Amino acid sequence: MTAKQRRRIAFAAALIVASAGAAALVLFALKDNVLYFYSPSDVQTKHVAPGIAFRIGGLVETHSVHHGAGADVNFKVTDGKSAIPVTYHGVLPALFREGQGVVALGALNDAGTFSATEVLAKHDERYMPPEVVDALKRSGRWKEGQ
Amino acid sequence: MTGEIGQLALCLALALALVLAISGIGGARLGAAGAQAIASSSAAGMLVFIGLAFGALTYASIVSDFSILNVAQNSHTLKPLIYKISGVWGNHEGSMLLWVLVLALYTAAIAFSRRGGARLTSAALGVMGMLAAAFILFILFTSNPFLRLDPVPFEGAGLNPLLQDFGLAVHPPMLYAGYVGLSASFAYAAAALITQERDWARAARPFMLTAWIALTLGIALGSWWAYYELGWGGFWFWDPVENASLMPWLVATALLHSALATERTGAFRSWSLLLAIAAFSLSLIGTFLVRSGVLSSVHSFANDPERGFFILVLIGGAVGGALALFAWRAPSLDGGASFEPASRETALLLNNVFLAAAAATVFVGTLYPLALDALTGTKISVGPPYFAITFAPIFIALLILVPFGPRLAWRKGDLPAALRTLAPALGIALVAAAVILAFTAPRTLAGCGAFAVAAWLIGASAIEVRERGLGAFQAGALASALAHAGLGVTLIGIAGTTLWRSEALEVLGPGESMNIAGYTLRFDGVKGAHGPNYDAARATVTVLSGGWTIAVMHPEKRVFPAEGQDTVETAIRTTIVSDLYLALGDQREQGRWILRAYVNPLAPLIWLGALVMALGGFAALWNRLRVARPASVAVAAPAE
Repeated sequence: MTAKQRRRIAFAAALIVASAGAAALVLFALKDNVLYFYSPSDVQTKHVAPGIAFRIGGLVETHSVHHGAGADVNFKVTDGKSAIPVTYHGVLPALFREGQGVVALGALNDAGTFSATEVLAKHDERYMPPEVVDALKRSGRWKEGQ
Repeated sequence: MTGEIGQLALCLALALALVLAISGIGGARLGAAGAQAIASSSAAGMLVFIGLAFGALTYASIVSDFSILNVAQNSHTLKPLIYKISGVWGNHEGSMLLWVLVLALYTAAIAFSRRGGARLTSAALGVMGMLAAAFILFILFTSNPFLRLDPVPFEGAGLNPLLQDFGLAVHPPMLYAGYVGLSASFAYAAAALITQERDWARAARPFMLTAWIALTLGIALGSWWAYYELGWGGFWFWDPVENASLMPWLVATALLHSALATERTGAFRSWSLLLAIAAFSLSLIGTFLVRSGVLSSVHSFANDPERGFFILVLIGGAVGGALALFAWRAPSLDGGASFEPASRETALLLNNVFLAAAAATVFVGTLYPLALDALTGTKISVGPPYFAITFAPIFIALLILVPFGPRLAWRKGDLPAALRTLAPALGIALVAAAVILAFTAPRTLAGCGAFAVAAWLIGASAIEVRERGLGAFQAGALASALAHAGLGVTLIGIAGTTLWRSEALEVLGPGESMNIAGYTLRFDGVKGAHGPNYDAARATVTVLSGGWTIAVMHPEKRVFPAEGQDTVETAIRTTIVSDLYLALGDQREQGRWILRAYVNPLAPLIWLGALVMALGGFAALWNRLRVARPASVAVAAPAE
């Protein structure tokens, strides 16, 4: 075996070991660390168990936003078919408005309320998160050019 | 008129790009000096015309020419001048125009410097011409910034206020200088495959370094902007768009190291070519992810499947073409000189293996959700926990090995000697670990390890500089010492912020106080304020520590009437070792406001470290441009 061949084999072996290691890490991490996205209708039809973290998205239902004590806030996320109550403690994003798109991160509690740890709104008044557009399309409430 | 001038200039630039592609490749294949001369002048002409088109759009934006659709949609008469200029690239069409402008700049630089000889230069110019032609076509057909609007509106729609910020003025051009700069390495790699010239890595080195410096600074600027503008107190969110810039950086870093070996001893010849192709391909994929609207992010200006499709075809053509060329020509490349297991080549090899693995984990985490959605319709997101498990251990392992590289000679290194030299750094690392373990809470192995690795990196760099001296002829050694120390500095910032961050959120009325990490924050009320194109609610917060007033801070909430949008303007008091970070939330009943406060220990070091890395890059670049011809193979030569 020439030096060149030895070097190529060593290089290939190092790459294989590293990619196997990386693949193992990736598979391990993907098993438990992905968040699913559900629309309010999905949450109702799929009977998502309480305590499982996921993302919910849709429109903030009109007249549903209520500020509680301190920095608590309650509102409903709707896709036009179903609405899920959401509770959040924190600062809402600047573009959080009734009737506008929103994505929240959190889990359902035992009462069936979505307890959000993070609330994201769109960054720009002309822009809608793709997941929200998709959820509205599936519930038939999406108007082209919206 | 302005729109027509811009449109015409862009069409002429397209024609020149096509001439450049044909004369460049033809000149290289035939060795015809005439064709090569045509290629050089086309490159210069292309820069002039794209510059003219860009200038036309900038002028239209400055004078608020709302007869141009792009300006009407993204500008406003009341917008301050600097944001009229930076707003040119604050939208899809303008940012693509900036993209080709940067491409034209690099093309002209290749033509002007003529590095690597006439044939290699000519072929590289031809490849740049093809890329430029493809992207100008993309602009003309799917993203024309010069479309007219009739009737002309009285006022423009304004620019997203989040983007009306100094960070936006500098982040995109810097990032593009990096992204697009990788096209030069790509062009030289393809040129090397076309012409069978060996010396491409040396010829491409200054462009590689420039692109890497710009990418480093661009990513750091983006992270800094997100930190102070978004008001969440975080610096990196593993957002797909951030990942899209991190992947090319990882591969470009691998390329910088591997090309060094290729240049010195001829080792990893094919691998370096492949990395140059991969780095630019990842830039293109990043452009696709950001520009096609498949991701939700501040960077997604609009959803347009046609654009996404066009960019996909473009990626397919560029990447597929380059890989086919590689498969055809690479087997005929000869390998370089042999090397021992303990040598700088081995160190660089390990560097590349770890960087490639790290890039692969980011790639999977970014694209897996998109693939899953496309194939099954299941929508998932992959967040920080995934990257903490995959990316972090691989990168930490890489960092532990970093100090060995510069201490090992080419071909045959002395590992025991390297260890002896590095012993003081190991000592510093152990002391750092012990101090962190003894004096700080919470006690975590990860925190302790992160500080030890950072100390190890910085210590090893200090030893490197002390051994080689700081003389002008040691710029190469200084470069690697700075870049590696910068990694350590950034790591300290990340570890400090992640481990010891404090967060507090309260609703306060005037005169009420809250406490965070030893500070007392007294809320003194909110007053109205006016900016050039916004109205603000400006809070006054007095910061007390041990009964003494140490600062008065003014976090704001701004309302932009033209755009109908609000932004949060954070107030940050930094002492370099720690940031006190305030964001004003919503108003509640009777003058009571939500106030959010963070104390982020060591946060500024995150970006300071990136600056140090970039300085290392500058030292290497300076060294390269100063030394006309470095010695070909020097045993125990300093690392660049």
